[in-house]
Amino acid sequence: MNDYFTLLGFGPTGWGDDLARGAVVTVSLSLATLPIGLCLGFLLSLAKQSEDMLLKLSADIFTTIFRGLPELLTLFLVYFGVNAALRSFSEATGLPDLALSSFVSGMTALGVVFSAFASEVFLSAFRGIPHGQSEAGLALGLGRAKVMLLVILPQLIKIALPGLANLWMSLLKDTALVSVIGLADILRQASIAARVSREPFLFFGSAIVLYLVLTILSSIALGGIDRWTKRGEAAQ
Amino acid sequence: MSGNHPFIAAPIAPRQPLKIAGLIAIGVWIAAAIAFAVYFTHVFDATLIERFGWSYLSGLWVTVSLVTVSFLCGAIVSLPVALGRMATNKLARGLAFAFVYFFRGTPLIAQIFLVYYGFGEFRGFFESIGLWWFFREAWYCGLFSLALNTAAYQAEILRGAIESVPKGQWEGGRSLGLSRTVIFFKIVIPQAMVVALRPYANEIILMIKASAIVAIITVYDLFGETRQAYSRTYDFQTYVWAALLYLALVEALRHLTNFAERRLTRHLRR
Repeated sequence: MNDYFTLLGFGPTGWGDDLARGAVVTVSLSLATLPIGLCLGFLLSLAKQSEDMLLKLSADIFTTIFRGLPELLTLFLVYFGVNAALRSFSEATGLPDLALSSFVSGMTALGVVFSAFASEVFLSAFRGIPHGQSEAGLALGLGRAKVMLLVILPQLIKIALPGLANLWMSLLKDTALVSVIGLADILRQASIAARVSREPFLFFGSAIVLYLVLTILSSIALGGIDRWTKRGEAAQ
Repeated sequence: MSGNHPFIAAPIAPRQPLKIAGLIAIGVWIAAAIAFAVYFTHVFDATLIERFGWSYLSGLWVTVSLVTVSFLCGAIVSLPVALGRMATNKLARGLAFAFVYFFRGTPLIAQIFLVYYGFGEFRGFFESIGLWWFFREAWYCGLFSLALNTAAYQAEILRGAIESVPKGQWEGGRSLGLSRTVIFFKIVIPQAMVVALRPYANEIILMIKASAIVAIITVYDLFGETRQAYSRTYDFQTYVWAALLYLALVEALRHLTNFAERRLTRHLRR
């Protein structure tokens, strides 16, 4: 038992600090991906309800592709595909070698996957807002942008939040896939520790506990945000 | 209403002018499709198909059989878990909740690593109970983790679907003198399954996508064969083939679900 404490401890003999650094990488990758996914997903949902058939079709093609591909395959396509393209580009132009790091690849791949799913969440949230809301805003003389920002968006966030919370949870878990292309996140640090110390059960178990802690903290935070968006209803 | 204004003609829908954003967006896709076609005809290599065609098909078969078997095993495990979630007994509820939370709150890839690498530490124990042949094989380890993982998700689908059946259905069954088991299997479950069809189909699609992870623990499923083909040729088109196969599989399943749902709910349509 004492042995386990040394192995999980901080400092040169233990792997605790490596796992903690991995947790920071996991959280920062998720937080870095979130804004990309949310913005792109929101734009996609706008495109999907536009009257312009071509725009709608384009958004549907995007969603079909990135919802249908395994996340791991999307990650490999971005990592190897973009890097191969960059290599041939720098060979052709004679520029210094450019390469996509595993962090940026992970951000891109998980971001597009997140946005494909988020667009559907936003779309159904838009359908939950009565048409009269934007008409009333326009009748009051607000511009289209102001109607979106002041009337639609606050209601949209409230309706979309449970769906987006689920997507955040899967994003947090999907970051573990980026360890396969070499990102030093929780899972990769645990794999290294397991290989060196020959204690795979202890370290993969600790990794799982760390992920559980992250999801529990997330659900507490998301519960807080949910109550915050519903504070108007509670007063009634 | 129409009686008051009998002569108002239906408004003529204005013709939608083509807008610039849509043209640009579809233009990007068309350009991407053309670039893809040019790239593919440029690099297309028939000898690669000769070399790897059969291994791709066998990989596809491994993926399909792995998903099918673990989905069915998960369905069996999910029934007691779902019943536990709805039970009045606090212990059963707590255990079922912990099971669901554990498998839904942690990444599948970490679960698979824990089973494949971690359980090896207890080799002596598994040998003594005669289960080592199971946890020695990567395929069985993948199956085990996938089945338990999907059981947690399926339990929630099942619970939601059963709870969506109105209470009056239970009461009606009781007043007809049916036993609880008969009511559950003959009245509640058939109605719940119509509700659960789409979530179940989504779960299968998610499993097809998630099953690619077993390639990391040396199972030669579709993604595993792809990785091997790539490591032998360093040819990017090997990944493109896999992407096309996965997309075809998922899209076929999605359309099949839409068809099945239309057919199964035709008595509800008005």
